[in-house]
Amino acid sequence: MLRWASHSLLILLAVPILLGTLIAILPAFGYFPTLGGTEFSLDAWRELVQVPGIKRSIQISLLSGVLTPLIALALVFLYLASASGSKLDNWMRRLVSPLLSFPHAAAAFGLAFLIAPSGLLSRLISPGLSGWERPPDLLIVNDTWGLTLLFGLVVKEVPFLLLMSLAALPQLQPSKHVELARSLGYRPTIGWLKVIAPNLYPLIRLPVAAVIVFASATVDVALILGPTLPPTLSVRVLAWFNDADLNFRFLAAAGAILQLGTSLLAITIWLCLEKLCAVLWRFWVATGDRGTGERLVFFSGRGAMPIVLLVITGSLVALLVNAFAGPWRYPSVLPASWTFLHWTNNFQNLLTPLLNTLLISVGSTLSALVLVLATLESERQSGKLRATAMWLLYLPLLVPQIVFLFGFIVLTESMRWQGTMSLVIFGHFLFVLPYVFLSLSEAYRQLDPRWSQVASTLGSSPFKSFWRIRIPLLLAPCLTAIAIGMAISISLFLPTQLLGAGRITTITSEAVALSSGASRNLIAVWAVVQLSLPMLGFLAALTVPRLLWRNRTGMREIR
Amino acid sequence: MSESKLELDKVSIALNGKQLLTVDSSVGPGEVLTIMGPSGSGKSSLLAYIAGFLAPVFEASGGVFVNGDDITPLPAERRRVGLLFQDPLLFPHLSIAGNLRFAIDDRSADKASLIRQGLDEVGLGGFEERDPGTLSGGQESRIALLRLLLSSPNAVLLDEPFSKLDSQLRAEMRTLVFSKLRASGLPSILVTHDQADADSAGGEIITLEQ
Repeated sequence: MLRWASHSLLILLAVPILLGTLIAILPAFGYFPTLGGTEFSLDAWRELVQVPGIKRSIQISLLSGVLTPLIALALVFLYLASASGSKLDNWMRRLVSPLLSFPHAAAAFGLAFLIAPSGLLSRLISPGLSGWERPPDLLIVNDTWGLTLLFGLVVKEVPFLLLMSLAALPQLQPSKHVELARSLGYRPTIGWLKVIAPNLYPLIRLPVAAVIVFASATVDVALILGPTLPPTLSVRVLAWFNDADLNFRFLAAAGAILQLGTSLLAITIWLCLEKLCAVLWRFWVATGDRGTGERLVFFSGRGAMPIVLLVITGSLVALLVNAFAGPWRYPSVLPASWTFLHWTNNFQNLLTPLLNTLLISVGSTLSALVLVLATLESERQSGKLRATAMWLLYLPLLVPQIVFLFGFIVLTESMRWQGTMSLVIFGHFLFVLPYVFLSLSEAYRQLDPRWSQVASTLGSSPFKSFWRIRIPLLLAPCLTAIAIGMAISISLFLPTQLLGAGRITTITSEAVALSSGASRNLIAVWAVVQLSLPMLGFLAALTVPRLLWRNRTGMREIR
Repeated sequence: MSESKLELDKVSIALNGKQLLTVDSSVGPGEVLTIMGPSGSGKSSLLAYIAGFLAPVFEASGGVFVNGDDITPLPAERRRVGLLFQDPLLFPHLSIAGNLRFAIDDRSADKASLIRQGLDEVGLGGFEERDPGTLSGGQESRIALLRLLLSSPNAVLLDEPFSKLDSQLRAEMRTLVFSKLRASGLPSILVTHDQADADSAGGEIITLEQ
């Protein structure tokens, strides 16, 4: 039975996504029987090119798709070059997982409340430094070129790329190589960039591709921070999809395919940039220069990461202040009084979405965990290494959500499956699965094989060894994987929105829906609930093993 | 006491087409066969083959007979072959009693009294609820031996079990392990590169070439 696990894992991932993408193509060319479209036509495309501002929408999506990974990756590399092994580095390693669990939507709201004209930052400098007595008339959040969107995405993707880099680094033995470079007279930061960076990059290429696709196709962050006139392509596709006039579905389908093309174009541009950088790098390495630019790298690398941290912390503070703020006149830095009113008034509304969120995240994460454990255990028992094709695991992150979800909906609508809890859980499962696998596989593969061997020489079946030995020994990584999976599920917006057909609401879908027009206090309450759920998960993943194994000293060194 | 016999019938192991070793031998009840050789000579692979978890990259052939039955078709857990590793490998999440209970297969046995009696015999009476992480090296080794014996094996494999102990403890453990194995009438195979281990085992010695 276990032998089927890895196959079913890949089939469950690949089929809905590839099939969904293929099916999304049909309505884009006029074929959508449930809406009377039985002949192929190019009408939707003719309509699409005439949509006012469509060119700008594409440009903004491309811009954030290419610049987000570029800036985030530069920051991560400069940081790693300048701070590896430092005190700051120890701090960051501990902070990076909780930072990653900050849901996109909550982070975006926090950032908006921090940098808006009447936000926390503006209040801090007013009227003393700026002289503003009332909020300045500036379009900061929702700016026309999506710069705030870009900023928000960079701040959110830096921890992701940092975590991926930290996971890949040990196999490169960076300290040994940097020491060697230093013995040849290279300054450590320059040595890192010349020796480690070119070897690290290929190891994190897939995560970088995932960042490109996410940044070019995000819906929730773009809804909150992105431009409105016109919005990004992905936001427009969602609006057409949700239009009361069902004939807009054809336009939405064409838009979704255009989104796929835009994301692919962003990846193509990135591949060209890669080639260019490789050439420049080779020139730079060939100069044999050992120290030029060292200070610049050092200070930008060490400076940028604390700024990212400060922005995230500031966003968090902005959310908390808004969630408990009483009357708050501009430019006072803090509210005149504090109140629980925003919470008590909303308690009733929070309840159903909260229960749904828990049900969906627990359901999707536990099913993903079972499948991942079965795959890893069958891999171990067969003794064959990594039969699983790694890039397939990234598939849900490499195809823009709105594209394959669109086709998936066409499919499930005809099966009358749409709008049900089981479908939403399945949709979340697709996104949770890769993360659960990525976070658990290393620990599982690296557990000393002799534990299972001892168990079997003592007469224990593989089944008994799995439950009585491997699972307890791997309890901490399993709980971390659960916390990560639940955090991913909790932060998802589009799968809930589309597969739930608006009938199933979660904390995230409700919070994002509030972005158009609700009061800051109300939004802050939802965002605080949204971000505290994954925090609680990580807290539990950290404390449960400590409590359980408090009298088992040997469990502290298990790996 | 079980009186069993372990026979290796032309057991041969190869890696990437290169022959590592061929062993053809028989070990009687209470006897110890010692296999000596430098690292890389395949002696640990031989134990893995007998125990039933040799990695698929190795090509192995030959029969392993316990009391006349070939055990090679059986999965590891049904071979009833105990194994002592270099490290005691006490399961760190279980108490001492939990570790010992894990090894006792017999559902009808009075596990608690078996464990109490066993602990008394190895001089660790009253250690039931102790955390394995708090034991000394010698205590851990004794629990590992007791755990192996409680799993009532038909044969025992020893993979350099004394190499990580300091010299005084090593002599003490040798005496304990070999006297226990002899008393239980178990055939054993010891793999080592310490001549003193071989002398203390007192049985046939096979020396492998590189």
